[in-house]
Amino acid sequence: MADPPKFDKKSRYTEGRGFAGAYEGETVTRRRLMEGGAQLAGGVAVAMIALPGLGFALGPLFEDTTPTRWQDVGPEDDFNDQTYVPKVISIVPQVGDAGKTTIYVRTFNPKRDKVVEGEDTQPYVAISTRCAHLGCPVRYIQASGKFVCPCHGGVYGFQGQVEGGPPVRPLDRFYTRVEAGRVQVGDRFSLNSQLHRFAPRDPSNHLDGLWQYLYPSRPTT
Amino acid sequence: MKAPVPKALRPSPKRPGQDRNGKNGRNGAPPAEPTAKDHVIEGTATAVGWLDERTGATPFLRGFLYRKVPKGTNWYYTLGSATMFAFLSQAITGVFLAMYYEPDATRSYESAAHITNDVFLGEFVRGMHKWGSSVMIILIFLHMGRVFFFGAYKYPRELNWIIGVLLLVLTLMMGLTGYLLPFDQRSFWATVVAVNINASGPIIGPYLADFLRAGSEFGPTTISRFYSLHMLAVPGLIAALIGAHLYLVAKLGTTAPPWLKAEKKDLMTEEV
Repeated sequence: MADPPKFDKKSRYTEGRGFAGAYEGETVTRRRLMEGGAQLAGGVAVAMIALPGLGFALGPLFEDTTPTRWQDVGPEDDFNDQTYVPKVISIVPQVGDAGKTTIYVRTFNPKRDKVVEGEDTQPYVAISTRCAHLGCPVRYIQASGKFVCPCHGGVYGFQGQVEGGPPVRPLDRFYTRVEAGRVQVGDRFSLNSQLHRFAPRDPSNHLDGLWQYLYPSRPTT
Repeated sequence: MKAPVPKALRPSPKRPGQDRNGKNGRNGAPPAEPTAKDHVIEGTATAVGWLDERTGATPFLRGFLYRKVPKGTNWYYTLGSATMFAFLSQAITGVFLAMYYEPDATRSYESAAHITNDVFLGEFVRGMHKWGSSVMIILIFLHMGRVFFFGAYKYPRELNWIIGVLLLVLTLMMGLTGYLLPFDQRSFWATVVAVNINASGPIIGPYLADFLRAGSEFGPTTISRFYSLHMLAVPGLIAALIGAHLYLVAKLGTTAPPWLKAEKKDLMTEEV
């Protein structure tokens, strides 16, 4: 007995269509294949242009941490452990004054400053003036020993901890070191309300409890 | 097909034995030669007719501009067009400002000051752009309120409401990205605050802020990024969405004001 013909049934896809080239048993017509192929080729062509362009625009998201730059802020004699001394450092090169920022520096005071267990202490306390609310520049008020933000009324105590207003965490600080009798400041780090050290976060990002996981740290300059 | 030229400008057919100015050629003399005005009118009509025959502009414009509008249509219905013309004014003045402005962190303040202080009519054009931005945002909200209170967002116009909301968001983005460009103390710190508000969103917020700033701090490319968004990306999207918005308006028509009662003959009747 001969085998029955391979395609003896009418295809439900091509039956009765009556256009040229459709043959029995065909599940995907050549027309549909060509259509799909053209769509796919067009999609690939668009993606080849659009995806690199998009990646280019989103480039800053994929940037890695920039290497640490240590900046000299003056000899050790400039600083004491009773009050802050304002110093100007550069955080962004090439943009003139817009890339400079003020920091407040004082000597670490083991009696007054909290020593967090398991963390090395910094020889100097270098406080960033970037408000932890939305990034306005805070000012140190000598008379009250507090940092005050001009934009929305944030108030920070002598340690940079929040004492009033909308800020969500203490003021950021910078790493410090002493090289040949001169004080240098390095990378920024953030603190939670217990003054535990964290990788730097944007202003407005909470750091207590579960919040530390909801706000990823981003590389800083 | 008749060219869309007012009747008065169309060449009238000649009367027998007369030229088109109604003058007889005397005693069998030929009619007067066509005047220069005749040539201008004839040439214009020919050119318009040539274009019209090849583009089908007349039926398109007739359908687009001579739509039927409901009774009770009033001045509130002009707020959408007013918003669009505010956008066009912003586009035109923006193009001219871009001829003098330099999007560079060390130059933008000086170039903006140069526009205001030195360039002929620079203060006026910059003022138009600055105040026009507020005008556009006020108008877009008034237009939105008109559509809301007249119930014009209801079926079948929901999609046009959605497009309108996108246009509102894009217009606010224009305000945000444009605010940085003068690069004075106010615009700098206001934008720092605005970007950090973006950063306050959990998980994606810090990435969004990095995208806007082109890094973790306001750097050399922040202002060029804002400039690019402000004059290329967002206006392009706005123009495209205005096209879609207008297409749907022309296709679906406008709604009657809610205080207008339907006429009896227009009411749906149910046959029992």
